[in-house]
Amino acid sequence: MTMPKINSSLLLKKVPTGITGFDDITGGGLPAGRPSLVCGGPGCGKSLFATEFLVRGAIEFNEPGVMMTFEETVNDIKKNVASLGYDISGLIDQKKLFIDHVHIDRNKIEENGEYDLEGLFIRLDHAIKTIKARRVVLDTAETLFSGLTNEAILRSELHRLFTWLKDKGITTVLTGERGTGQLTRKGLEEYVSDCVVLLDHRVNGQVSTRRLRIVKYRGSMHGTNEYPFLINDTGICVMPITRAGMDYEVSHQRISSGLPAVDDMLGGKGFYRGSSILLSGTAGTGKSSLAAYLAEAACRRGERCLYFSFEESPSQIMRNMKSIGLDLEPHMRKGKLRFHSTRPTVHGIEMHLVLMHKQIEDFKPAVVIIDPASNLKMAGTPDDATSMFIRLIDFLRKQKITAFMTSLTDPARGTLEATDEGLSSLVDTWMLLRDVEIGGERNRLIYVLKSRGMPHSNQAREFVITPRGIKLIDAYLGEHGVLTGSARLNQENRERAARQTSKEEFERKQLALEHRRKAINAQIDALRASIAADEEEFARTTATDQLRDRQALINRRAMLASRRVALINGDQ
Amino acid sequence: MKKNSRTQKKPGRKTTEWILRLYVAGQTPKSLSAFANLKKICEEHLANRYAIEVVDLLKQPQLAQDDQIVALPTLIRRLPEPVKRIIGDLSNLERVMVGMDLKPAA
Repeated sequence: MTMPKINSSLLLKKVPTGITGFDDITGGGLPAGRPSLVCGGPGCGKSLFATEFLVRGAIEFNEPGVMMTFEETVNDIKKNVASLGYDISGLIDQKKLFIDHVHIDRNKIEENGEYDLEGLFIRLDHAIKTIKARRVVLDTAETLFSGLTNEAILRSELHRLFTWLKDKGITTVLTGERGTGQLTRKGLEEYVSDCVVLLDHRVNGQVSTRRLRIVKYRGSMHGTNEYPFLINDTGICVMPITRAGMDYEVSHQRISSGLPAVDDMLGGKGFYRGSSILLSGTAGTGKSSLAAYLAEAACRRGERCLYFSFEESPSQIMRNMKSIGLDLEPHMRKGKLRFHSTRPTVHGIEMHLVLMHKQIEDFKPAVVIIDPASNLKMAGTPDDATSMFIRLIDFLRKQKITAFMTSLTDPARGTLEATDEGLSSLVDTWMLLRDVEIGGERNRLIYVLKSRGMPHSNQAREFVITPRGIKLIDAYLGEHGVLTGSARLNQENRERAARQTSKEEFERKQLALEHRRKAINAQIDALRASIAADEEEFARTTATDQLRDRQALINRRAMLASRRVALINGDQ
Repeated sequence: MKKNSRTQKKPGRKTTEWILRLYVAGQTPKSLSAFANLKKICEEHLANRYAIEVVDLLKQPQLAQDDQIVALPTLIRRLPEPVKRIIGDLSNLERVMVGMDLKPAA
């Protein structure tokens, strides 16, 4: 994360604070040799900011520092930072740190006539000279206003003090309690014109989030957003992730979802590596099971998988997955699979993000599962959740880590497609698990709503969880919509019955035809027989006729012969 | 005020009941007037019973932290107890006397 470099000699010189992320968003730290104001309400972390600035300056940048504290004693400060692992006493002994506790008890001091704060100057000067300090913290100089009454003197003296420090070229951090209508109670920001940092501590739905904003930074480019930060075991950690760009490269490699049938729905090859996948669905639709399949597939490929669970403990997940025939335990033993189970409400959303970052950077997984992502909403406002997911997804994409998130959708809150947090537009692949209730039973359907950069199935498939694993079945699309479960079985039975019936009908018809053919053949035979009889008759008649004719001829000849005699006698 | 830590002891008495310490930073108008005002009061009311120690923090800066000095000039009444602190050039003599318990509050 580097700021564009212009002419470095013209640019304001900056001093790194060493505070994680802060130097990134300011492009190098605080203005060198000038006073900066860090202000915020009580408990916002301003004293810690100041202390870290000094301690890290002394340890990491070899710049000794003086802390002039007006509220806490030296012992308080030692205790405060002991939890961060800093050895204040050691630093003091090495003359890298000087702590001076300025205490003014109003009740024991009487003011009489003109005075100045030269005593403070002398103390500070002495401290600076003693350890050759390059950094100074005044925490919180405004406390002077409660110890001394002459505000006019205090104002002019503080102004003089800041100028004096600036002339000495000492990088100073002043802390200030936030006042009403202005950044500090006494308007110290008027005197500190170079850099003002505002810390904020907001509670939303009982979960607090810390934020940091650079109100002004004269002569320097700086991020203007509110940056969430947190205080963890290493101190303040500012998250400059909102600056995460979109200049990541994408992978063409595909990875299996662990279920060939699901891969089939995604162009036959599964998800793109490094893409983000959202699986939404109502309660009990099998989101975690699909997530576990993906995890198992990744581990079998020899990749690492990090499973963030916000609902179940690792052992619970493993037991449940065993019940559908998926054994995750060996992968966990081999260190391929790591679970991270927390309640969403344990931390603020930013803390979750940072913890997730840390885990991811630690474990370097190829696949990250967040189950369910929607639960993180509990840890902040929906807006916070969205911004967190944007940053998380960008981060994961940049690292080419495949992100698989499940989202529990509430059917009472409108259609399933209307997912909360606007997650759907961020992700590359969005699958939906939906349950359909027909005939007194609930069945699951899975379909792919979108999947960027690949042909994907437009078919809803029925999703069945059996003790031997998940099965996808082609859903039956009937006249009345999608049929699943028993309704589908019923329909199939009905169809089978119908097919049976039609077969019988066919056979019956075939038989009938056969009969008819036989009958007709019989008729043909009968007709043939009859024509044969006719022919016979005819032949017989013809023969008789011929015979008769011949007889008649014979007769006639005979007669003629006999008559010829007579004729000769008579006719001639 | 000529030296940084000058104890002014009046002869005649062995015990000094009043031990006063005035912190200053060099010879500024404020410190000079504070010393003059203090001296005047002591001479009038505590003759031979007091000691004034002037601490110049420019020469002994370490004492500023040790004695919790912020504003200058600062007058500390170390004895008699309790310890009292008055800051400023002590221009209001009446109030200085009240503050030092030399005179009851009006």
